[in-house]
Amino acid sequence: MAKVKIGVIVFPGSNCDHDAHYVAETIMGQDARLIWHKEGSIGDVDVVILPGGFSYGDYLRCGAIARFSPVMKDVVRFANNGGLVIGICNGFQVLTEAGLLPGVLLRNKSLLFICKYLHLRVENAKTKFTHQCELGEIIEIPIAHGEGNYFTDPDTLKRLEDNQQVVFRYCDRSGKVTDDANPNGSLNNIAGIINETGNVLGMMPHPERASDPVLKHTDGRKIFKSMIRSVGSQLQIAESLVTERSL
Amino acid sequence: MFHSKVFVTLKKSILDPQGKAVEQGIHSLGFDAVGDVRIGKYIEMDIDTNSREDAEGMTKEISDKLLANLIMESYSFTTEPVKE
Repeated sequence: MAKVKIGVIVFPGSNCDHDAHYVAETIMGQDARLIWHKEGSIGDVDVVILPGGFSYGDYLRCGAIARFSPVMKDVVRFANNGGLVIGICNGFQVLTEAGLLPGVLLRNKSLLFICKYLHLRVENAKTKFTHQCELGEIIEIPIAHGEGNYFTDPDTLKRLEDNQQVVFRYCDRSGKVTDDANPNGSLNNIAGIINETGNVLGMMPHPERASDPVLKHTDGRKIFKSMIRSVGSQLQIAESLVTERSL
Repeated sequence: MFHSKVFVTLKKSILDPQGKAVEQGIHSLGFDAVGDVRIGKYIEMDIDTNSREDAEGMTKEISDKLLANLIMESYSFTTEPVKE
């Protein structure tokens, strides 16, 4: 099977771009490339990753200025055409600012920057980003953010819940969703959401930091594997079409 | 030439932990009468136009699209001619 082409967008101030690239290429064995934010086009890619970091120094608001980077126009076009886009941490913030996901990430309720391993419950295992997980599975993935407090208006929150667009929730070790397990004050313990069409995911936890076995945690690979399989099966179909047509 | 001053504040419904922390500091200073402290942002800019209407229109559009995130913030602004 052809390798999946994964593009990692690099904003000034991104700092998880190389981690994401390393996991995509070295750990998952795919064809990854870094895409500088000044580029007008993302080129020929199957998956776009908006990585974590502090794009534009988090000036004004997290993600507010990155949204206007030249490459973002093409990312929005790619997303609107059904392309898979995952925003991790700062990438999630950029996706909300760009209007590709609803809501906003507020300052953590505690005002503290929190960097630690946390448990997440998989609330929807049918998405293109989570089908390698079980429904209700508890995965362990670290967070590292100062602004991860998910907020939206009550109508949007209800819609997200009704449509099963909440993909990950902060929980305790046993999978209970409690206030104590909520690190930042997010509504309904939300750690990650997906758009209505199921091709854009934003999450505050860092799957790329839980993928290399040397780090002892590998649950993040399930998310990478899900994305790769989602696109890979499409590629396979496309290849068989080509074969059929050439006969 | 006009000069705009934009004030961006968190909506009343949004918890402002930073404001709360500063309020505690104010109380520690001994000003117990102070309450409901909120932190916002102040942005000022020059706009090269002779039309007040244009200057106000631009300030509004910039505020809507970039300076404030209307999900969590609201804003107000003043626009005055610059004395040459």
